[in-house]
Amino acid sequence: MLGAAIIVFREVLEAALIIGILAAATRGVVDRNRWLVAGLLAGLAGSAIVAASTDLIGNFANGIGQELFNAIVLGVAVLMLAWHSIWMSSHGKELASNARNIGNSIREGRSASSILFVVVGLAVLREGSETVLFLYGMATTGDTSTMLTGALVGVLAGVAVGYTLYAGLLRIPMRWFFASTSALVLLLAAGMASSAAKYLIQADLLPSLASPLWDSSAVLPQNGLLGTLLHGLIGYDASPAGMQVVFYIAVLVVIGLGMKWASKPHHHYNKLGVI
Amino acid sequence: MQNVFKQLGVVLMLLPAMALAADADYTLVIKDHQFQPAELVVPAGKKVKLIVENQDATPEEFESHPLNREKIIAGKGKATIYIGPLKPGRYPFFGEFNQATAQGVIVVK
Repeated sequence: MLGAAIIVFREVLEAALIIGILAAATRGVVDRNRWLVAGLLAGLAGSAIVAASTDLIGNFANGIGQELFNAIVLGVAVLMLAWHSIWMSSHGKELASNARNIGNSIREGRSASSILFVVVGLAVLREGSETVLFLYGMATTGDTSTMLTGALVGVLAGVAVGYTLYAGLLRIPMRWFFASTSALVLLLAAGMASSAAKYLIQADLLPSLASPLWDSSAVLPQNGLLGTLLHGLIGYDASPAGMQVVFYIAVLVVIGLGMKWASKPHHHYNKLGVI
Repeated sequence: MQNVFKQLGVVLMLLPAMALAADADYTLVIKDHQFQPAELVVPAGKKVKLIVENQDATPEEFESHPLNREKIIAGKGKATIYIGPLKPGRYPFFGEFNQATAQGVIVVK
């Protein structure tokens, strides 16, 4: 039971951290909860489909379909988070403090909501499909009731951590709130880009540049509790390839510059956020 | 001159074998939630194509933190994983879905 609980917890945790950060970052957006739940449900439905098609996806493109699939899912999530970060840096402050009139909020909230929907959906899709496969394997070989108990404990623990993060972020005073959540979203995106690079290296589509660039597994192992948390939050990797670090820094720089550009006063009227 | 052609001929004849050597595949089999062989020796400083064949009916996830690799292999499925180029050493890996039994190590020499 404990084994099942730990594995499910790890998978759920990653998605829960992403959802916790995004839920806080989209505070004040109209209909946010509805979109969040919709993303969650779509992700769950999708993860069952992905799990059932593991063999099909895996055999695609000479056996590197799974890496391509993961890299594309992560890549789309990075793009959405980049858009979110840049857009929020020009509108987020007003949105969070409800300074805008309701008409504008709804119209502009829609793009924030759609980003939330897609990123939450993709996060649940990736982590959920692995959980489904693991549980399926357990169900066919072992005791189903202890497995389900373990899985439930894992899910609850993961959700609890995600919710704690969310509640903690909401306690941040308003003048630091926006900068804090923006920084977290930015690091989340950079971590996802690094993971995407990892899959592309594994598929031999990208050179590793250095494998690994460093090895900090003795100091901070990635499979420990803190390592797992940091991996989910900021994309910590104990022994990353050089290319992963290149992706990480590139995403930080590109989104960071975009945010700086968008937060300049004369860009306030831009149409980035309007679909 | 003739000698040069002769040597060239030998090199040309060897080319397919050399190409094959550069592209060497290594196979791991998963059976009864165990990796066979549990210890696989691969050359250092070279990219290696690892083929993992899952003969069990249930899915397995090949995972290794030192190798920085993770990949799900469907039940009765096959997967390709590229690793390296690596420095000499021991790189443990495991099957995440059956950690108690599915353990192995890549030995780079």
